[in-house]
Amino acid sequence: MQSLGVSAAAASVAANAEATAKSGRAGGSDGDAPSVMGPNPIDLTLTVNGVKHAMKVEPCTTLLEALRLHAGLTGTKEICDRGSCGGCSVLIDGVLAVSCLMLAIDCAGASITTVEGLAKADGTLHPLQEAFIRHDALQCGYCTPGFLVAGAWLMASTPKPTLPQIQQAMAGNICRCGTYTNIFNAVLEATGQRPLIDGTIA
Amino acid sequence: MNPFVLVQPRSHAQAAKVMAAGGSYRLPVLKAGGIDVLDHLKEGLLSPDAVVNVRRLGAEGPAVTRLADGSIRIEAGATLAQLASDPILLADATVVAQSAGSAATPAIRNIASAAGNLLQRPRCWYYRHAQFECLKKGGSMCFAVDGENAHHAIFGPGPCHIVHPSNLAPALMVLDGQVHLTGSKRDRIAAADLFHMPDKGILSEHNLEQGEVITHLTLRPRPTSGFHAVKAKQSFDWPSALACVSLRVEEGVIREASVCAGAVAPVPWMLPRVGAALKGAKATDDAAIAAAAELAAEGAKPMRDNGYKVALLVASVRRATLRALGRETPSFREIRP
Ligand SMILES: Cc1cc2nc3c(=O)[nH]c(=O)nc-3n(C[C@H](O)[C@H](O)[C@H](O)COP(=O)(O)OP(=O)(O)OC[C@H]3O[C@@H](n4cnc5c(N)ncnc54)[C@H](O)[C@@H]3O)c2cc1C
Ligand code: FES
Ligand code: FES
Repeated sequence: MQSLGVSAAAASVAANAEATAKSGRAGGSDGDAPSVMGPNPIDLTLTVNGVKHAMKVEPCTTLLEALRLHAGLTGTKEICDRGSCGGCSVLIDGVLAVSCLMLAIDCAGASITTVEGLAKADGTLHPLQEAFIRHDALQCGYCTPGFLVAGAWLMASTPKPTLPQIQQAMAGNICRCGTYTNIFNAVLEATGQRPLIDGTIA
Repeated sequence: MNPFVLVQPRSHAQAAKVMAAGGSYRLPVLKAGGIDVLDHLKEGLLSPDAVVNVRRLGAEGPAVTRLADGSIRIEAGATLAQLASDPILLADATVVAQSAGSAATPAIRNIASAAGNLLQRPRCWYYRHAQFECLKKGGSMCFAVDGENAHHAIFGPGPCHIVHPSNLAPALMVLDGQVHLTGSKRDRIAAADLFHMPDKGILSEHNLEQGEVITHLTLRPRPTSGFHAVKAKQSFDWPSALACVSLRVEEGVIREASVCAGAVAPVPWMLPRVGAALKGAKATDDAAIAAAAELAAEGAKPMRDNGYKVALLVASVRRATLRALGRETPSFREIRP
C-alpha cells in the first residue's frame, strides 16, 4: 500500500521499537524492508470531510471505529458490523465502501466522506437529504446515513439514474423499516425525475 | 479483534517471504481487501500475530490486460468492481465480468479483490460460528449432517458438506484459468487444481502452500460465455446455485462447451456431461439446451433441507447457456450504475 500516509508510517515504526526490530527480520536481505506497525497504538491522520483528524489507533482498528470513537463522527452507523447492511457506508476517495470491514490504517492518505460531509459547510443540505425529508424516506432513521452516502455516490457518477440503477447502487443497504419506495422516490426527485408515487409531505 | 502487527510488504514476493513457514511470525495472515479476513478476526476464528497487507499492491497499473499470446491477465488485487466493468472482460470473457458483478454488494465489490474472492472461506454457519467445533476447525463432526443443512452441498461424499462460496472460481474454471504464484518453486497452478474435496484435507479448501501468494490470474478469452445465479435475496447474497458456461459456436452450432457450477459442492463443480451434451446442439435449439441442463442434476444427493438446490442448479445451467449465446438479457438487478 504505497499510498499510506507517510507521517503515519514513519511515526508508527519509530514509535514502536519492537516493531522496527521485526521489520528488519521480516525483510531479510531486501534493501526495502516491509514497514511494520503495532500492535500498540500508532499515530494516524485521517482526512474526513476535508478535515484532518489526528489519532492514536491500534492496527486492528476499523475505519468505522476510528470515525465514531476517535474522530467523534457518529453519523456513520454500526449495525451488522459484517458488511451485510450498508449502515456504515462511507466514500473513500469518492468510492462507496463499508467502513466496518476496512482497517483505518488502510485509509491513511485517502479522502473520506461520511454522511456529515454531504451538507455544505454553511449547512445547506445535499439535494438528496432535502428529498429524503420531503419524501419521508425514513422511519427509525438508523439506515439513513448509509442510504444517503450510497445515493450520493450514485448521483456523483450518474446524474439521471434509472430505477434499476438506483436499486442496484443501493443493493447493499438494508432498511429494516422497509422504507424503500420512499427512498427510491427521493433519489428520483433529487435527480430531477418523477417519483414513482408522489408521496411527498409538505 | 485481538491486536496484531500490520506488515506492509512492498511486493507480492516480499509478502510471500513474510508469510513463509518458519518466518518471524507464529500465525501471519495475508490480507487483501480484508472482507473475509476481518470477518474471521471479528468472529474469533483467526487470531493472527501479524496481518500481511497486500491491499493495493499493483493498484497503480491496469487491473486487466491482454497478453501477446491472446490470453487475458487479471491482477490479484483487481477489485470485483473493476472486473465487472472492465471492457476487455465484457467483450472477451463475459462470464468473468458477469460473475464479479453479481457477487456481494456495490460497496463490497469496490474493496474485494479477485484473489481474495477465490480464497474466501466457506459460509457454512457451523464453520462461521466460533461455538461449533466442527470438522473444519479440527473438531470431530460435521454438524450439517444432522443439523440445519439448507445451504449445504448436494454433491460430494463428505465428510464435510460446505459449498464453494466464490463467484469467480467457476468462471475461471470454464476459461482454463491459471493462478500465478510467487513464494515457491512453481510459478502457477491451474484453477482446476486450486481446490480439493474435504476428504483430501479438511482444514483448508485450497492447495496453496504456506508462503505462496497469488500475483495474477490468466485465462483464455471466450466471448460466448455466460453466468447465472439464483440467490435467496436477489439484491445480494451468496448464490444458492450458480452456473458458468463457456461455448465455442461455429455457424450456429455449439462446437465446444465447458460448464461449471458453484454453491452446490465443496469445490467449483465441473459438469462435463452437460458440456458433452451441449456439443453439436444448434444455438437456437432450446429443447436440446434444456435437456443438456437437466444432466447437471446427475449424481446429486441432497441432504434433508437442500433438495431445492437441484432445480436451481438445472435452471442456472440452462439460463447461463442462453446468456452465453446472447439469448437472454440480464435481469435488471445486474445492470451496473
Ligand atoms: C454481504 C456479503 C455478501 C457477499 N456475497 C458474495 C457473493 O455473492 N459471491 C462471492 O463470491 N462472494 C461474496 N462475498 C464475499 C466477498 O466477495 C469476499 O469476501 C471477498 O471477495 C474477499 O476478497 P478480499 O480481497 O476482501 O479478501 P481477504 O478477506 O483480504 O482475503 C480472503 C482470503 O484470501 C487470501 N488472499 C487474498 N489475497 C491473496 C493473494 N494475493 N494470494 C494468496 N492469498 C490471498 C487471504 O489470505 C484470505 O485467506 C460477500 C461478502 C459479503 C460481506
Ligand atoms: S455495519 Fe458495516 S455493513 Fe453493516
Ligand atoms: S428507517 Fe428504520 S431501518 Fe431504515
